[in-house]
Amino acid sequence: MSKRITLKDLDAYYGSFRAVEGVTLTIEPRSVTAFIGPSGCGKSTLLRTLNRMHEVVPGARVEGEVLLDGRDLYAPGVDPVLVRRQVGMVFQRPNPFPTMTIRENVLAGVKLNNRRIAKADAEELTERSLRGANLWNEVKDRLNLPANGLSGGQQQRLCIARAIAVQPEVLLMDEPCSALDPISTLAIEDLIEELKQDYTIVIVTHNMQQASRVSDRTAFFNIAGTGTPGRLIEYDDTRVMFSRPSAQATEDYVSGRFG
Amino acid sequence: MRSPRRLGDRLFSSGALAAGLLILVVLAAVAIFLVAQSLPALTAGGTDLPAGFTSFWSYVLPLVFGTVWAAVLALVIAVPLSLGVALFLSHYAPRRTARALGAVIDLLAAVPSVVFGLWGITVLAPFVQPFYTFLSAAFGWIPLLAGPVSGTGRTILTVAVVLAVMITPIITALTREIFLQTPRLNEEAALALGATRWEMIRIAVLPFGLPGMVSAAMLGLGRALGETMAVAMVLSPSVVVSFFLLRSENPTTIAANIALNFPDSYGSGINVLIATGLALFVLTFVVNAVARAVVGRRGGGKGL
Ligand SMILES: Nc1ncnc2c1ncn2[C@@H]1O[C@H](COP(=O)(O)OP(=O)(O)OP(=O)(O)O)[C@@H](O)[C@H]1O
Ligand SMILES: [Mg+2]
Repeated sequence: MSKRITLKDLDAYYGSFRAVEGVTLTIEPRSVTAFIGPSGCGKSTLLRTLNRMHEVVPGARVEGEVLLDGRDLYAPGVDPVLVRRQVGMVFQRPNPFPTMTIRENVLAGVKLNNRRIAKADAEELTERSLRGANLWNEVKDRLNLPANGLSGGQQQRLCIARAIAVQPEVLLMDEPCSALDPISTLAIEDLIEELKQDYTIVIVTHNMQQASRVSDRTAFFNIAGTGTPGRLIEYDDTRVMFSRPSAQATEDYVSGRFG
Repeated sequence: MRSPRRLGDRLFSSGALAAGLLILVVLAAVAIFLVAQSLPALTAGGTDLPAGFTSFWSYVLPLVFGTVWAAVLALVIAVPLSLGVALFLSHYAPRRTARALGAVIDLLAAVPSVVFGLWGITVLAPFVQPFYTFLSAAFGWIPLLAGPVSGTGRTILTVAVVLAVMITPIITALTREIFLQTPRLNEEAALALGATRWEMIRIAVLPFGLPGMVSAAMLGLGRALGETMAVAMVLSPSVVVSFFLLRSENPTTIAANIALNFPDSYGSGINVLIATGLALFVLTFVVNAVARAVVGRRGGGKGL
């Protein structure tokens, strides 16, 4: 299921402002890759270029290539809607659909694009996705209640269940734990560990311990100053990045000396 | 420990309270006036009523029917149109187009109803008359559209179109504002799942905006119920219950009926007209209460 992502000389713009410049890197399938760096260095922007959510912002555009197993997501004629079905996303703030029930939330993506699903299959998929997101036991008795009755951590796991229900190739997570307590955070970190058996996972985080705990590879981004584009400084195995990085800026950042 | 309340706070809160009370007092005064003046009419016999009516209720019933019928027809036309335009403005049109169109719509909302009435008589009615003839010829088997077709085009359907044109701007403006308030997070959640733009609107924008859409429609309905001039000018009135859309005999509305008959009324005739006004008052009240119940049950409070 999971696929390799290759970025080639990628620039991302908001109007005329270049937020990210010249990023080239390869993300391995069935692994967890962490994006770290100071605020404003373009981590979220870069993440959103991987499922073409960047262009949802008016005036935003991308130059360069993003290859998913060799196919360019930005080639002419590629439908962003289809890209987003293959590359799922979990946001910083939990965002279940407030008027839908828990079950409807899980199935929301599956029912898009006029797809129909038999009732028995829907039951099965709901359970499988919720189990996959470690939420099944907590919500199995209230699948028909509104999703906004759940706690923040449960809502975030519901969003993960919703994202994996459509069986994407890649799962993008933008600071998925930043609105959560330590226990929910641990639950989600465990979940990421399990999900990487099946998915290519890219996670943005400000939490160095989290990056070192969950990720296999880490990419460090930085900006020279406000208003300048973010660049990739160093990209390596997480263990290397946190023990003996080759760039001074990386070492300063992971050891908490700035940013 | 109580902190001393500042002068500004005190002024503002008593000002707000006074304003709130004033509204209640005015409403109560209107209600008392209506009830007091209506009482004689409720028991009125044949001599006090216009020719052909034996009791007040047989007189007011067709008027209530005409009022609701015209307003509902107008709403049936106006709501889909308004929602379409509002969605176009909030989620499809380029920003500059949306702003220009929005300004035009706000302008339309400010046109006085007499103007719409004139337009209805002089432009719309003659224009639609041939269509009515065609409609009745082709679809006359549908009871609503049965003939004989009015020769002037001045029918309840024309009134409904005029009313719809009048209430469309207000419904559009309100719902556009509501659609624009949809949380970005919910819209992006839908898009990130692979929703097309329309699907995003269906699963994120419309559910969020539903309570506001109902409120906006009810506001439009309220305006249509009370509209006087446009109806009085377009229709040649008769007090009947009739569902036919294209015939020359059409039910009239309470407000239009009052406007047309008040100048020639005296004595208990005035009480009868005021009593029909009370009926309109109650009707509007019921519509608003129903709207609130609908919005409340959806766990709303969002939007409007
Ligand atoms: N919608 C937008 N319109 C214009 N500029 C934007 C927009 N979103 C982000 N930017 C700019 O792009 C740059 C990168 O922002 P981005 O959100 O990607 O940073 P980030 O690394 O995710 O920061 P954080 O860690 O605070 O989330 C910033 O300078 C930001 O101001
Ligand atoms: Mg960010």
